[in-house]
Amino acid sequence: MEVDVTILYGSQTGNVARLAADLTRRLRRVGFRAALSCMSEFPVERLDELRNLLVVVSTHGQGNPPDKAVRFHEFLYGADCPRLDRLRFAVLALGDIGYAHFCAAGRRFDDRLAELGAERLFPRADCDVDYTEPAEAWMQGVLSVLLREADAAGRKPGPDTPPFTEAGYTPSPSADYSRDRPFPAELTDRILLNGRGSDKATYHLELSLEGSGLEYAPGDALGIYPENDPALVDELLRAMHWEDDTLAPAGEEPRPAWEALLRYYEITRLTRPLLEQAARLGAGGLADLLQAGKEPELQAAMAGRDLLDLVRDFSLSGVPPDTFVPMLRRMPPRMYSIASSLRANPNRVAVTMAAVTFRVHGRSRSGVCSTYCTGRVAVGDRLRVFVNDNRNFHLPADSAAPIIMVGPGTGVAPFRAFLQEREATGATGKSWLFFGDRRFRTDFLYQTDWQRWLNMGILTRMDVAFSRDTQQKTYVQHRMMEHRRELFSWLADGAYLYVCGDEKRMAPNVHTALETIVVGEGGLSGPAAHDYVAELMQQGRYQRDVY
Amino acid sequence: MPDTPGQPLTEVEQVKTSSRYLRGTIAESLADHLTGAVAKGDTHLLKFHGTYQQDDRDLRKERARQKLEPAYEFMVRIRVPGGVLMPEQWLAIDRIAREYANGTIRLTSRQSLQLHGVSKWELREVFQAINRSGLTTMAASGDVNRNIVCAANPQPPELHAELVDWSRRIGDHLAPHTTAYADLWLAETPGCGPRDDREPLYGPAYLPRKFKIAVAAPPSNDVDVFTNDLGLIAIIESGRIAGFNVSVGGGLGMSHGKAETFPALGQVIGFCEPGQVIDLAEKVLLVERDFGDRTNRRHARLKYILADRSVEWFQGELHARLGWTLRPPRDYQFEYGADPLGWTEGPNGTHNLTLFIECGRAADVDGYPLLSILCEIADRHRGQFRLTPNHNLVVSGVPGNDRPRIEQLVREYQLDDGTRASPVRHNALACVALPTCGQAAAESERYLPRFITKLEAVLAEAGLEGESIGVRMTGCPNGCSRPYLAEIGIVGRAAGKYNLYLGGDAAGRRLNQLYREKLVEAELLDALRTVLNHYARERMPGEPFGAFALRAGCVAPG
Repeated sequence: MEVDVTILYGSQTGNVARLAADLTRRLRRVGFRAALSCMSEFPVERLDELRNLLVVVSTHGQGNPPDKAVRFHEFLYGADCPRLDRLRFAVLALGDIGYAHFCAAGRRFDDRLAELGAERLFPRADCDVDYTEPAEAWMQGVLSVLLREADAAGRKPGPDTPPFTEAGYTPSPSADYSRDRPFPAELTDRILLNGRGSDKATYHLELSLEGSGLEYAPGDALGIYPENDPALVDELLRAMHWEDDTLAPAGEEPRPAWEALLRYYEITRLTRPLLEQAARLGAGGLADLLQAGKEPELQAAMAGRDLLDLVRDFSLSGVPPDTFVPMLRRMPPRMYSIASSLRANPNRVAVTMAAVTFRVHGRSRSGVCSTYCTGRVAVGDRLRVFVNDNRNFHLPADSAAPIIMVGPGTGVAPFRAFLQEREATGATGKSWLFFGDRRFRTDFLYQTDWQRWLNMGILTRMDVAFSRDTQQKTYVQHRMMEHRRELFSWLADGAYLYVCGDEKRMAPNVHTALETIVVGEGGLSGPAAHDYVAELMQQGRYQRDVY
Repeated sequence: MPDTPGQPLTEVEQVKTSSRYLRGTIAESLADHLTGAVAKGDTHLLKFHGTYQQDDRDLRKERARQKLEPAYEFMVRIRVPGGVLMPEQWLAIDRIAREYANGTIRLTSRQSLQLHGVSKWELREVFQAINRSGLTTMAASGDVNRNIVCAANPQPPELHAELVDWSRRIGDHLAPHTTAYADLWLAETPGCGPRDDREPLYGPAYLPRKFKIAVAAPPSNDVDVFTNDLGLIAIIESGRIAGFNVSVGGGLGMSHGKAETFPALGQVIGFCEPGQVIDLAEKVLLVERDFGDRTNRRHARLKYILADRSVEWFQGELHARLGWTLRPPRDYQFEYGADPLGWTEGPNGTHNLTLFIECGRAADVDGYPLLSILCEIADRHRGQFRLTPNHNLVVSGVPGNDRPRIEQLVREYQLDDGTRASPVRHNALACVALPTCGQAAAESERYLPRFITKLEAVLAEAGLEGESIGVRMTGCPNGCSRPYLAEIGIVGRAAGKYNLYLGGDAAGRRLNQLYREKLVEAELLDALRTVLNHYARERMPGEPFGAFALRAGCVAPG
């Protein structure tokens, strides 16, 4: 069956998948034969048969593509990839402008497709966390180009056809509440999970979804829109020398400046576009930092600093709100892995959150959302939330399939949801949890839950690593290595491996441990082990939710 | 028919019998990294090894909400035969306490040392360090013969070594033989140590209940000899031990609201010569082994055998086993039970210093670095340390020319050598209770010092501030601080509520009686104020408070 347009997406948290599905629907609605596929499921040998390719992809960590896009990305850059002279393409990239490698994965797809001889039919769009508008503009642009050409060719696009690789993906039934219209959920309980004497503060939060119509599956994330720290807002207002009754743009109509800064804008992180605009206001010294080739210096200057630093260090006092506030990024939501199963907790949702405070550049600073949720709001208050489905982090459809879960620290949250779900559904599959934190006595998050599930046989086995209890710091990857034989035999028996938590160190260390285990226990060479692991990823048997 | 008819053996009996001589699943429990606790059956067995699983009860509720298991930790009890240890042993225990426990050492009313707050993961290291110092924890608890308590200040002082020697020899003879201890704690890998097990004395089920022995040296009854299953009262003639009067069937544990349980004093049934005492101790223990009730742990001690069968039956059984007969008891006189605080004459021209250790807790607290000063004393001490049954400490055998150094330390740090606190504080005893003891229903050690302060005010009002009235407090009815012998016994019923007992005797010859129940602090002080005022007005010359309480009819004689 002939296809006019192919949409390939690489999604980690579900936003990209949703956009790609929306794009596909809209193409079909105007008569294109559009085929949608996750990159991991697209048969690469057919790449050179395609005529129009639309790529939607997000970027993670140090500029990496999503796990399920890794294989396709490697293929494009590999020696086996054919020339694509007949292909036309466009790339929609998602990312977070707060990171140095903003939209790097999208850029790499875009660059490479051009290198391979494909023709860019529409310029790439790089979208920040608040992606709705730029993504919409890009989609409209792509649609109009394709429609114009179809008209010019005197050919009506063909009838709507089902895609050849739908990949079991169906759009979620649209709920009223969404990312753009968050639900005000009551905080019904908040528990500090760390025992006395701990140097950590990890909280369990329970919220009511009563009346929201929101639904979620184990593995999904809860998006929360925070408010800034009023003390920081006050300092900022003082630093700006604004009058008390100053109004500032916010949403539909102007609001008091303090409210705008409290609720509507991000004031705790610096981004390149913000600095560029500030430089245009004449902030001395900024232009120098923004010169091409000074990226490392720029990143270093932005790291750990916030808007108050910018105002103070570059004398932005007195800039009027109408000029100043539009430079700011809209307050982005923060995502937290859901720590409960809806089936076991109807109308309720739980998340696990580490309250982050630190001291840097002479001032005490804190994570906006974590300190908001664990300190500034009280039980009984409402938080603005939405569900962010996370298709790449779900329990296997086969409830008898074994699962291995690696989740140190707050990374253990989704596995509590997994086991609640498996308990509620009477799933029979074996399960194995690796958990780690600092100290056994105080930091064994949800200890009594795991003990209960172990006693019931819901959790088959559990291994723990407490880094501060031993002379040599021990982490989850060390426990995996200790039990490598058994771990590999679980994988050989079809186990699904899930990794959740720290992206910078834990996930790469666990990944390396996994490859080492495959080499040692599977008797594979390094490259073959790499392929084995990539294949696991490709099959959805190695899923990660790292941050 | 030893057991209660028709009743099954207790769970503990089954655990013991199937434990392969106290091994159980302890090795597996120690290897379980998901909990700080051990398997339930192992909690019983670990007592034989000298450790109790406990948890910080102050944190129980809070941690349950935090989805954390209780803050499990272990109390480690070190057997100190005769209560005597060398200064370097004290220093070793001090290091262990600081490194692995809560930084304090608890002296107990049975001349043991307790460490609190040891984690499961460090138990093996702690046991090994204790054993390296020449001490052990084996049989410090459990259904075996416990640490034998020995008079701490006999007269003449030279007798002490001999009494300690008898205590050790009896203790060694009654020690369990199982190799489980060496296997589980001292071997490089638990479960790979020696395996040649036999228990000629105890058998695979050990005793039905704990077994306690004390050796007393009149006129002091510091050991409270009549609270023991077997009491040996040294008969001292011309400065030599002529033999021992034998008391059997003492024991203090009871349960509130269970009339079939009661504290009992030992009964003196005869006299034996020194050379017969080991044989005697063994046979008394065997009667308990064979006739103690294994269907009810609250009814299992020797005192219940005597109560159920009569002392005559017991004597018959004992004599049949001995093959010889006890002779009639000799005359002796107990006059006091308190420790002689301060400097006294030590053996062979040396000096002894008895220090008051409030509630037996040797710790460093702000302004009173007791534990550190004890280390400093131990550091250059050429004699020994003695633990007393009143949880005080004797620095014994100090040569004359070492005395000034110690006197200087005592002065400088204001250690209490009997010259500082009031008599009532010096005489008060408390068990450990909250937050560590699993039995405690109310506070004891943490509360007694504050309570005594309030009682001192009551005594002062009555003009009795100079009187040394004995107060003993426990957090539960099991009687660890021997409250049922005190002139004022205060026994925990529930949080903040106590039963008040009156009428005991300073020399431990008489049980007190229940006076009032379930009193909160104000009621307790009111009740005592009334009786003490009465005592101040109407006592006869030299009449102790306990005797007065009986004579005045506050309580009926037992």
